[in-house]
Amino acid sequence: MSHQVAARAEHLVKAYGAGAAAVRALDDVTVEFYAGEFTAIMGPSGSGKSTLMHCMAALDQPTEGRILLGDTELGRLNDNRLTALRRDQIGFVFQSFNLVPTLTAQENILLPLSIAGRSPDPEWFDTVIDTVDLRPRLKHRPSELSGGQQQRVACARALVSKPEIVFADEPTGNLDSTSGAEVLGFLRRSVDDFGQTIVMVTHDPVAASYTDRVIFLTDGQVRDELRSPTAESVLSRMTALDPRRARS
Amino acid sequence: MLRATWRSLIARRMRLLMSTFAIVLGVAFVAGSLVFTDTLDRAFTGIVSGTVGDVMVRPQGAQASTRAGTTATVPVSLVARVKQVPGVRDAVGEARSPTVYVLDKRGKPLGGQGAPGFAMGYHTLPAAHGIPALTLTAGRPPTRAGEVTIDPATAGAAAYRIGDTVSLLTAGTPPRITARIVGFAKFGQGSLVGATLTTFDPATAQRLFVGNSRGYQDIWVTAQPGVSDTELRSRIAAVLPRGVQADTGDAVAKESGGQIKQALGFITTFLLIFAGISLLVGGFLIVNTFSMLVAQRSRELALLRALGARRGQVTRSVLAEALVVGLVGSTVGLGLGFLLAIGIRALFARFGLDLSGTPLVFRARTVLAAYGIGMVVTAIAAYLPARRASSIPPVAALRDDIALPERAVWRRWHLGMILLGGAAGALIKASIRPVQHSTYVLAVGMIAALFAVILISPVVARPVLRAAGVPYRWIFGAVGRLAEENSLRNPRRTAATASALMIGMTLVSMMTVFGASAKSSVDALIADNFTGDYVVSSQTGIPFSPSLADSMAKVPGVQEVSRLRYSPAQIGTDKDALAGIEPRTFGDIVKIELVAGRMPAVKGHTLLVQDDVAAQRRLGVGSKVPVSLGGRPATFTVIGIFKKSPAILVRYLTSLEGYAAAGGRPQDTFVYVIQRGGADPAAVERRLQQIVAPVPTVTVKNQQEFAAQQHEQIDTLLRIIYALLGLAVIIAVLGIVNTLALSVIERTREIGLLRAVGLSRRQLRRMVRLEAVVVSLLGAVLGVALGVALGYALQRSQRDQGITVLAVPWTQLGLYVVLAALVGVLAAWLPARRAARLDVLRAIATE
Repeated sequence: MSHQVAARAEHLVKAYGAGAAAVRALDDVTVEFYAGEFTAIMGPSGSGKSTLMHCMAALDQPTEGRILLGDTELGRLNDNRLTALRRDQIGFVFQSFNLVPTLTAQENILLPLSIAGRSPDPEWFDTVIDTVDLRPRLKHRPSELSGGQQQRVACARALVSKPEIVFADEPTGNLDSTSGAEVLGFLRRSVDDFGQTIVMVTHDPVAASYTDRVIFLTDGQVRDELRSPTAESVLSRMTALDPRRARS
Repeated sequence: MLRATWRSLIARRMRLLMSTFAIVLGVAFVAGSLVFTDTLDRAFTGIVSGTVGDVMVRPQGAQASTRAGTTATVPVSLVARVKQVPGVRDAVGEARSPTVYVLDKRGKPLGGQGAPGFAMGYHTLPAAHGIPALTLTAGRPPTRAGEVTIDPATAGAAAYRIGDTVSLLTAGTPPRITARIVGFAKFGQGSLVGATLTTFDPATAQRLFVGNSRGYQDIWVTAQPGVSDTELRSRIAAVLPRGVQADTGDAVAKESGGQIKQALGFITTFLLIFAGISLLVGGFLIVNTFSMLVAQRSRELALLRALGARRGQVTRSVLAEALVVGLVGSTVGLGLGFLLAIGIRALFARFGLDLSGTPLVFRARTVLAAYGIGMVVTAIAAYLPARRASSIPPVAALRDDIALPERAVWRRWHLGMILLGGAAGALIKASIRPVQHSTYVLAVGMIAALFAVILISPVVARPVLRAAGVPYRWIFGAVGRLAEENSLRNPRRTAATASALMIGMTLVSMMTVFGASAKSSVDALIADNFTGDYVVSSQTGIPFSPSLADSMAKVPGVQEVSRLRYSPAQIGTDKDALAGIEPRTFGDIVKIELVAGRMPAVKGHTLLVQDDVAAQRRLGVGSKVPVSLGGRPATFTVIGIFKKSPAILVRYLTSLEGYAAAGGRPQDTFVYVIQRGGADPAAVERRLQQIVAPVPTVTVKNQQEFAAQQHEQIDTLLRIIYALLGLAVIIAVLGIVNTLALSVIERTREIGLLRAVGLSRRQLRRMVRLEAVVVSLLGAVLGVALGVALGYALQRSQRDQGITVLAVPWTQLGLYVVLAALVGVLAAWLPARRAARLDVLRAIATE
C-alpha cells in the first residue's frame, strides 16, 4: 500500500470560548490521511471527530496548528480560495440534507462542476452513475428518491469531480442497515477500483469495518489507531477507550 | 439556541416592520387626504363667511362664484329702499370682481396660478353674524379714483409700501391700470388662501366692474341687533321688484363654499385613489408575510393542535398578531398622514392655494377612518393565512413544508379566467361605444382585469419564469439554474410578490400609454381642426380684456381676429356652459360640421346645439330654450345642430350678441388670429406680443407653442401621478425584500450545503439577486402587458373626449422593464448579503 499523504493535520487545536470556560474540542491533534485509503474517524460524542473532519474539509478554521491538503496549507487561503478548494478538490457526503431539493439527481451530481463552470468527463460520469446504480433515477428530484438513493446521489456528487479527498460525515447515520450497506459498499468500491481517498466520521463499528484504517479520538486527542478493522475489533477497542459505551 | 431564537425574532420583527410599512403608507394617504380636505374646508368656510352680509340682495338666478361674472345687476335705487326696511341697520351696494390681479414691481402677477384676484368697493359693514369684514390694517381707505388698498400679505410679498404706485390687471378696458396705494386692508376672518384683495372707492369699483352707474352686483345688508337673518330676509324680499332676490348670508356662503368644495373635491378623490392602491399593494405584502410566517411556524402551530388547540384558537392567535401589526401601522400612518397633509399644503401653496393661515384640522372622523381602514385591511389580508394555519393537521409537526395544494391554484386560475373574461367584456363594451355610466363600466372592468391577472398569476408565472430561466442558464450556468428553480419553488408566493409590483407597473404603464395618446391626440387635433395661426389665452382660462383683440385686429398682416367668450350657464334645466362666437369667422378657425342650419344665421337670441345633446334633450331647429348666465333667463331659439367633435368642447354656441343678451360680460376667453397670406409671420407675431406685453396673464401662442403648452400640462399631471404611483412601487419592492429575506432564512441549510460543495459568496449573492430580478421581471412584464391593454381601453373609451389617437411608447415601456430588473437587484441587496454571511457549518447544522 502506497503511503503517500493526501491530507495532514499538525498540532491542531480547536478551542471554543475563553478562560476557565474554554473547551478544547481538538487538543493538539496530529494525524495523516493516506492517498487511496478509506479511513474512519471514530469516537464518542464530543470526542472532536466531527470538528476534526470539518477543519480538514476547510469548513471550519482551527485555533492553532496547520492543515495540509496535498501541498496546500489551508490556513493561508482566503474564503474564495477555500471555496474553490472545496469545490474542486474535496467531495462531501453529509449525514442528511445532502441534496438541493429543486434540482434533479443528475443536476445535483453535477452541481460542483457546473458551479465551477466545467463540463463533466462523460466516461467518468457514466462509470460513477453505473457504480451507484442510479441511471433510471437521474431525472428524479430528491423528494422522489428513498433515503438510500439520496445518499448514493450524494456519493456520486462527491466523486464525479475527481476530488483529492472525500469527507463523509456519518453517511449512513440516517439509513436502515440494507441501504447503509449499499452506500458503504459503494464507498469501498470507489477506493478499491478508482483509488479514491475517503475519510469518514462514524460511530458505527459495522461501518468502520468497511475501512482500511480507524483512528480513535477521545477528548480531542488521538488515542489509538487500528488497521484492517473488523466490527468486533473496533467494538472492543472502543469499549476499552470508553467504558461507558460498553454498558449501553 | 437562545441565539437562534433571538435571531429569528429579529428577523421576524424586520418582516413585520416591512409589512407594517405598507399599512403605514396606505393609512397615511387616507389620513393625509382627510386632514387636508378638512383644512381646505375650514379655510374656505372662513373666507366665504367673511365676504357676505347678514342678508344679500342679488339678481335672480345669480350664482355666487361665476368667475366670468354676469352683467345682471340690481338697480342703485334699491339700496335706499332696502335701508328703509325695519330691522335693517345699514345696506350698501357692491361692485366686485374676482379677476383683478396685482402686479409686483417687476410686472409679474402676484398670487398663484389660478387663485382669484378679488376686488371690491370699500365699505365698512360687518359680515354675517357681526364678524368683521373689511379691516384696515394701515393707512386709510381709498376715497377717489386712482387710490386703492391692497391686502397686507400681498403687500409683504411684493414689498409694497403705502404711497407706492401699483399696476393692476382687469378683465375690462383698459386691461391695465395704475393706482396709488393708500392703505392695507384684509378680510377680518382667516387668510385669503393665496388670493389677493384690492379695494377701490365705491364709485370707481362700480365704473370698473359694473360698467355704468345704474346698478350694483348685489346689496350687502346688515341687520339690527336682535333681528334674525331669516326674518330680515323675508321682510326685504317683500319689498323687492321682480328679478331680484334676497338670501341670507349663510345661504350664499354655503352655496359658494359648496361650489369651491366641489371644484377642489377632485383632490380628495385623487388622493384617496392612491391611498386605495397603496392599501391594495400593502394587502399583498401582508398576505405574503403572514403566509410565510405561518409556513415557518407550521410545526409550532401543528404542535399546538396536537396538544389540543382548536382550529379557531389557532386562527385567532394569528389574527391577533395581525391586528397588532394593523394597530401599530395605523398609529404610525396617522402621524405620517399629518405630515403628509403638511406636505400637500406646501405643494398647493406653490400652485397658489396658500393655506398657511389655517391650522390643520384633525377631526375624530380622520382618526376613526385611519384605524378602521388600517385594522380592517390587515385583518382581511391576514385572514387567509390564518385560516390556512388552522388547517394544518397535527401530524404536520414533522413535515417540512406546507404547500398550497395544486387544486387551489387551479381553482384560482378558473376563477381568474372567468373574471378576466368579464373584465374584457366590460372593457370592450366601454371602448367600442360609450354606454350608460361608461366611466363606471370602465373602472369596474379595469379593477376586475387587475384582480383576474392576480388570480391567474401563479399559473402564468410558471411559463414566464421558465422562459427567463433559458437565458439565465445560458449566461449564469448553475447559479442561473438555481435562481430559476428557487423562483419556481413556490409559484404562488413568487406570483404574489410579483403581483404587488405588477399593480404599480400596470397603472404606470396605463398612464404612460394614455398620456402618450393624449399628447398625440392633441397634436392631431390641433393639426386637423385648428386652422388659426395664433391663440391668445390666459392661464387657467380667466377671461381678459376685449381691448386686446381690438388692438390685434388693427395689426398689419392680420386677416381675422375671432373671439370666443365662455361662461358656465343655466341652459333649460341643465347647469352647462355657453360660448359666444363670431359666426362669420369661427368656421375659418375651427372645423365645425353643421347637421342643420347655417353659420350666418347665428345672431341675436339663437343657439347652435351639439347633436348628442340635441338628441338627449329633444331639441330641434326652432326649439325655444331659456338661457341664463346669472340673471333673468332669456329665451333662445335653436337654429342649428353641429356634429360632436373633440375640437369643440362646448355644447351650446351662440353669437357674441347672444352671449351678451344672456348676461355675459364683454370679456374674451380665447382670441384666434389668422394672418394674411404673404404677411411676415415674425413681424405679425412681434406686434401681437407687444400688445399682450402689458398684461402678463395673457399669452400669444402659435400652433406649435399651443401644442407644446398642452403637452406641458399633460406632462405635469403625469409627473404627479407617477410620483404617487412610485409609492406603490416602493411598497412592492419592500415586498420583494421581505420574500427574499424569508426565503434565505427558510433555506439556510440548503445555502450551507451549496457553500460546502463550492458555491462562492459572490455566486451565492448572484443567485439571490437573479431570483429577485426574475420576480421583478415577472411583475413588470405582467404589469406592462396589462397596462398597455388597459391604456388601450382607456384611450378607446375617451376618444369622444378628444383622445382620438392611440400611441404606445414602446421604448419607454421597455425602459420600465429594465428599471424593474434594476429594482430587483436593489431589493436583493440585503437578503443576498445576509445569505452570503451565513456561516457554512452553522447553516448546515440548522434544523
